[in-house]
Amino acid sequence: MKYLGSISAIVSKDVLHELKSREIVVSMLLFSVLTVVVFSFIFEPGSQFKNEVVGGILWMSFVFAGILGLNKSMMSEVTGGNFSALLLAPVDRSAIFFGKAISNFLFIAMVEIFTIPLFMVLYNVNIFAYGAMPVVIFFLGTYGFAILGTLFSIISVNTRTREVMLPLLLLPIIVPVILSSVQALNIYILGHDPADAVKWMQLLAGFDAIFTVVVFAVFDFIVED
Amino acid sequence: MPETLVEFKKVNKKYGHIHALRDVSVSLNKGEFVSVFGPNGAGKSTFLKLLCTMTPPTSGQILYENTPLNKLQDSFRSRFGVISHQPFLYSELTALENLRFYAKLYDVQNIDERIKVLLDKVELYKRRNDKVRGYSRGMLQRLSITRALLHDPEIVVLDEPYTGLDTHASDILTRILMELFDDHKTIVMVTHNMKQGYDAASRLAIIKGGKLVFNEQKANISVQEFDERYIEAVSR
Repeated sequence: MKYLGSISAIVSKDVLHELKSREIVVSMLLFSVLTVVVFSFIFEPGSQFKNEVVGGILWMSFVFAGILGLNKSMMSEVTGGNFSALLLAPVDRSAIFFGKAISNFLFIAMVEIFTIPLFMVLYNVNIFAYGAMPVVIFFLGTYGFAILGTLFSIISVNTRTREVMLPLLLLPIIVPVILSSVQALNIYILGHDPADAVKWMQLLAGFDAIFTVVVFAVFDFIVED
Repeated sequence: MPETLVEFKKVNKKYGHIHALRDVSVSLNKGEFVSVFGPNGAGKSTFLKLLCTMTPPTSGQILYENTPLNKLQDSFRSRFGVISHQPFLYSELTALENLRFYAKLYDVQNIDERIKVLLDKVELYKRRNDKVRGYSRGMLQRLSITRALLHDPEIVVLDEPYTGLDTHASDILTRILMELFDDHKTIVMVTHNMKQGYDAASRLAIIKGGKLVFNEQKANISVQEFDERYIEAVSR
C-alpha cells in the first residue's frame, strides 16, 4: 500500500505542477499539432499513397513531442535538486520511477487526445471505423514510450547536452515499440483485417512487459551515483 | 559510553577516476553535533551523500547501529532529514503543496497540524499559500528546513546551509539547530563558516583531499587552536 501511495503522491504532485505551470502538455501539444498540420500539406487530396504513411507521421509527432515533454518533465525534478530529495525519501526507488513514468504517460495521452481527431480530419482517415481497438494500440505504444523515455530522461538530464542525448539514447531502443505501433495502426487506417493487428499488439505488449521488468530491475543501480 | 549511530569503516568512494573519499573511518554518536570543514572539492558533500544513503561506498563499510547499508530497508531513510544549499522544492507549487507532497512520501501523520507547527517556527505560516517561485533565498532555506524536519528525523544532515542567507534567516536556522541539539538529535553539518560551525558543534572534523585529517571533540580545542589546525591542514 505504501508503494502505491508513493506512486500516487508523485503522480498527483506532477499533475498539480503541470496544471499550474502548463509547461509540458502545452509545448508538446503545439509541437504535435504543428507536425501533423505541416505534413498534411505534402499529400495530394485523395492520394491513395498517403494512407500507407500517415500512421507513421502520427506516431512521429507523438515521439518527438514526447521527447520534448520528457526533457521538461525531468528538468522540473533536477531544478532545485528535487530528484535528490525523491531519492532520499523512504520509499522503494522503483516507485519513484513508476510515479514519473505514469505522469509522463498521462501528459503524452493528453496530447494524443487532442491530436488524433485533428489528424483524422486533416488526413481524411477514420482510425476507429472498425471499433475502439486502436485505443489499445495508443495505450500500449504510449506506455512503452513513457517507460523507456522516463528511464533515458533520468539518465540524460544531468548531461550538458541533454536535449541531444535523450533522442540519441532513446530512439534506437524504442524502435520495436514505434514499429509495432505504426504497423498495428496502419491495419486500421488501410482497412485491412483487424485480426492482423492483434499480432502487432501482442508484440507491443510483450516489449512493454520486458521493458517494465528490465527498468524495475536496473533503476536502483542507475540512480545510485 | 556514547552510543554509536553510524560507523564508517575504511570507506572509499570513486566517481570514475576521481577518488572523492579515501579510507575514511569515523563514528558518529547519538546526540552529537559534528561540524565538517574543508576546502572546495575536499569530499565533504560526498561524505554526506554516503552518510544519508544516497550513494553506496565503492569499498569499505558503513554501519547503521551495527547493520550494514545493504541490509537496511528503504524505510531507514526516514531517519534522515537533509538540508542542502539546494532547496529541494518545486517552484510552481505553494509552500503548503510542497510540504504536503513530502509529508505523504514520508508517511507523516496529522500532516496539516505538523506543517502548521513547523511553518510557525520558521515564520512562514502566513506565506503558506504563496508559490515557492516568489520566495527569497532566505525564505526558501527556511521552508527547506521545514521540509527536512517534517518527519521528525533522528539524524539531521546539513550541506552548507548558511550559504546566501540573510541575518534573519541565519538566526532562525541557528535557533532551530540549537533546539534540535537540545532535543538530542544527531546533527552533521558541512560548512565553510568557521565561526558558525565551531560555535554550534560538539565535535569538529576536517576533510582534505578525500581524507579525514582532523576529528576531535570541541571541548579539547579552542577556536584559535582550531583555526591554526585548519589552516595547517588545508595548506599542507
